[in-house]
Amino acid sequence: MSKYRPRRILPSEITPPEVFFDRRRLLAAALAGGASALLPAAEPSQAQPGQLRYTRNTRYSTSEPPNDYEDITNYNNFYEFGTEKSDPARNAGSLRTHPWTVTVSGEAEVTGQFALEDILKPHPLEERIYRLRCVEAWSMIIPWVGFPLADLLKRFKPTSKAKYVEFRTLHDPKQMPGQRFRVLDWPYVEGLRIDEAMHPLTFIAVGVYGRVLPNQNGAPLRLVVPWKYGFKSIKSIVSIRFTEKQPLNSWHVAQPDEYGFYANVNPNVDHPRWSQATERLIGRGFFAKRQPTLMFNGYAEEVAHLYSGMDLRRYF
Amino acid sequence: MRVESRYRLVYKPLVFLACSAPFVLLVAGAFEVLGRDLGPDPVEYILHSTGKTALNLLLITLLVTPARQLGGWPHLVRLRRMLGVFSFFYAALHVLTYAVLDLGLDFATLGEDIVKRPYITVGFTALVILLALAATSTNGMMRRLGRRWQKLHRLVYVAAILGVWHFWWQVKADIREPLLYAAMLAVLLGYRVVRSRTARELARRFTEARTSAPPSESP
Repeated sequence: MSKYRPRRILPSEITPPEVFFDRRRLLAAALAGGASALLPAAEPSQAQPGQLRYTRNTRYSTSEPPNDYEDITNYNNFYEFGTEKSDPARNAGSLRTHPWTVTVSGEAEVTGQFALEDILKPHPLEERIYRLRCVEAWSMIIPWVGFPLADLLKRFKPTSKAKYVEFRTLHDPKQMPGQRFRVLDWPYVEGLRIDEAMHPLTFIAVGVYGRVLPNQNGAPLRLVVPWKYGFKSIKSIVSIRFTEKQPLNSWHVAQPDEYGFYANVNPNVDHPRWSQATERLIGRGFFAKRQPTLMFNGYAEEVAHLYSGMDLRRYF
Repeated sequence: MRVESRYRLVYKPLVFLACSAPFVLLVAGAFEVLGRDLGPDPVEYILHSTGKTALNLLLITLLVTPARQLGGWPHLVRLRRMLGVFSFFYAALHVLTYAVLDLGLDFATLGEDIVKRPYITVGFTALVILLALAATSTNGMMRRLGRRWQKLHRLVYVAAILGVWHFWWQVKADIREPLLYAAMLAVLLGYRVVRSRTARELARRFTEARTSAPPSESP
């Protein structure tokens, strides 16, 4: 039996999806019909702690129903807090996200250390419901709140030498107990080609389900690249560096024959040890069938052109 | 109470209950009773817990012989069959979970996985061995197979090695747990190697001593 039991989120801590979606429906109805009288009833009278203000981006959102808040926040790969899926929810309480500093460096005109507030301030928040496909062949649908990475990166005025962007997670074994074991070469490093980073789908998330990100999901800010395997979407970012050379991402360093730099979701290129043709969508019960995995996780129309002419078997 | 009755009336039922507990807890989790649940990914949960339990029981089965010899509890062998059959039971559940719940009885993919994915090939081989051992674990089969029974059942060592290997091979990066299993298995198998060597050595010395002993002088 698994030794661990996930810490149970109190029912009072969860916005039930029914309420969540009903609120939206009512809001939509209110806006459409001008029935402003509905608004006070639609918004909870006392704002929940950590509630974010945001708009919804339907253009980039999938219409599939999102996973429950409880699943999204209790089933995590965040090795800094342990390698079992239930470890991060239990252990991430030790992470302090205030104050938080992000260091911007490398091939850009504007570099230096920035307080989290200054990083976030100019960006209006939006919600995007993205698919997440893990390299382990499971998937979720997650309503992130955040803003496009491109909007953030442009503020630092990357130079023509900035061919790639490298991100780093906090390295502090006191706050991140999983870092006491060298399961990976800490700190966690990820990277994107600059055109991938500037793509409108590439997202910085600061919230989920309309609320501030829980630590186990990568608070206070994390990357979300929906057409790549989940490990590309680095969490709890403290460093953004513009580079001329392709960054060495942690999983690639750990097992170069199993994990590449690109890590695009691709049902036709198997992991050396398991198939990537199908995935199990979390939270759909015992007897839900595995689903076929889609090229670029279903975002081919938006991103396939980034890789035209590339051998995706070689650049896996 | 005589030893036989103690095993029959007390120890065996207790071991049976202990071996059933993981299954009972899984069922409770599946129905979300007794405060149990299987978490966000029930299929993965069942896969991991049945696999781990099968491996645990296999190692405990292999512990019986050293415990008998070192602890001086020769009767422990009466529990060994139950432990081994339970190990097979969980291994079978593990594979059934994979085939039925995970793959939805997609036999084409199952066949492909068994052939193409080495860690599944290894695990499946271990299951086939355990199946053969469980099927020949009855008294009748022991009688019928005679000396060959013990030979056949030495395959349990192969099954254990393959089982640990299978566990190790599907881990992404954190090998601490499979390493622990490998270490425990190494101790259990190492004990047998050392013991049989020592036994052979003793036997050799004994025969040497007898054949080369000077004729005793009669008074």
